[in-house]
Amino acid sequence: MSVIGKYFIFLGTLFSKGEKLPVYWRRLMEECVGIGVSSIFIVAIVSTFIGAVSCIQTAYNLVSPIIPVSTVALIVRDMEILELAPTITCVVLAGKVGSNIASELGTMRITEQIDALEVMGINSSSYLVLPKVIAAMLTFPMLVIFSAFLGIMGGYLAGTLTGVITERDYLYGIRDSFVPYNIFFMCIKPFVFGFLIASISSFKGYFTEGGALEVGKSSTDAVTNSCISVLIADYLLAQLLL
Amino acid sequence: MIEVNDIAKAFNGKDVLKGITAEFQKGETNLIIGGSGTGKSVLLKCMIGLVKPDKGNVLYNGRDFYNCDKETRQSIRREMGVLFQGGALFDSKTVEENVRFPLDMLTDQSIQEKQGRVAFCLQRVGLEAASKRMPSEISGGMKKRVGIARAIVMNPKYLFCDEPNSGLDPLTSVKIDELIKEITEEYEITTIIITHDMNSVMEIGQNIMFMYEGAKLWEGISADIIKTDVPELKEFLFSNKLLREMQP
Repeated sequence: MSVIGKYFIFLGTLFSKGEKLPVYWRRLMEECVGIGVSSIFIVAIVSTFIGAVSCIQTAYNLVSPIIPVSTVALIVRDMEILELAPTITCVVLAGKVGSNIASELGTMRITEQIDALEVMGINSSSYLVLPKVIAAMLTFPMLVIFSAFLGIMGGYLAGTLTGVITERDYLYGIRDSFVPYNIFFMCIKPFVFGFLIASISSFKGYFTEGGALEVGKSSTDAVTNSCISVLIADYLLAQLLL
Repeated sequence: MIEVNDIAKAFNGKDVLKGITAEFQKGETNLIIGGSGTGKSVLLKCMIGLVKPDKGNVLYNGRDFYNCDKETRQSIRREMGVLFQGGALFDSKTVEENVRFPLDMLTDQSIQEKQGRVAFCLQRVGLEAASKRMPSEISGGMKKRVGIARAIVMNPKYLFCDEPNSGLDPLTSVKIDELIKEITEEYEITTIIITHDMNSVMEIGQNIMFMYEGAKLWEGISADIIKTDVPELKEFLFSNKLLREMQP
């Protein structure tokens, strides 16, 4: 409980005694590049293959004369939009971005860089962490939209190239019974997950004590705790919004 | 002048500082010496506000650092320059950006003014040629000098140095010591140096305070330290065989 309390106090310090707005703008742009742009490649690879595998495995399990083949595409689409793109992408990002944030802040802590900021009278948590949290909340939804698109494209490529579904059936399937609200739901999830991953990882890194070994431990804890919080939030959001 | 009054600090029930009282004079290099684990760095952290003491206060020209309003504390912080043990340079910024950082964050100076000030500080520490290099591309001694440049860029009234020559070769150590002393005298700064380097003690120590197990055991000027009869201080000073042979 004391750790949770410390986490909420830490979140409070992000918004107290801020610096000049242009400073935050510059930091935000740096973090958007570091968190968002640098994650495009891994998200693209993971999403395309997950979409391709989803298509092949769904087709494998739907061998029935009473189920139209286009249902494979419909299932791939809904799996991608409702779960795979937002949740799996964010779990991957928890590993990549979360460990990066925790190790960066942990190293800054043990090499006294955070102390140097504090001595200058700069609110170190606000200066270092707030841009990371906002950048994650802005870029994660974009990455998830990109991931959903690539996942559906991956399914299309795998399905049509292996012959399990025709191009016509796939295109019909992904447009069949489409619920626009699901897109809104898909975008809400990474917004929440981005906040959780960036803030939990920052919290773990910011309060690192010791040396290189502890930085590694903070990084591991950041990824573990972020993944658990993402899965819990995933369930709560599904319960609340669907 | 900095006055430290009855500073005490304990961690997990263990007393690390036991009521330290001291005065540090303006325009002089004040040394805090002592063995490892005697509380020197904790005392420094209490003085600069990184660790809040359990008891006592720190006065900067009469202004109580821990019992004042936020604005006063902020203005005291802006009068401080700190050289950390490892330099504490920001890894993602170049040497020039590191030195300019306090100006970017804390002042509204124009770009030209900032560039001029940074160039002056880098030239003062002899690093004008390394301005575009990253901290990972420079040596330990250069990092310390960049740290000094960053510490003086805001024209501080108080300069704190935590073991400025740790990890440096004897020649570089002497250069760093001389640089700190020159800056202290040139700008009339109150400088406090934490060290256990005997060369520093003999070369630049004007006022010296010896700490032992969290308490102040001896205080005086460098000329008197050799003649001390405090056994703990003698043991600290003459731990080296060569020095023991030279002992008066």
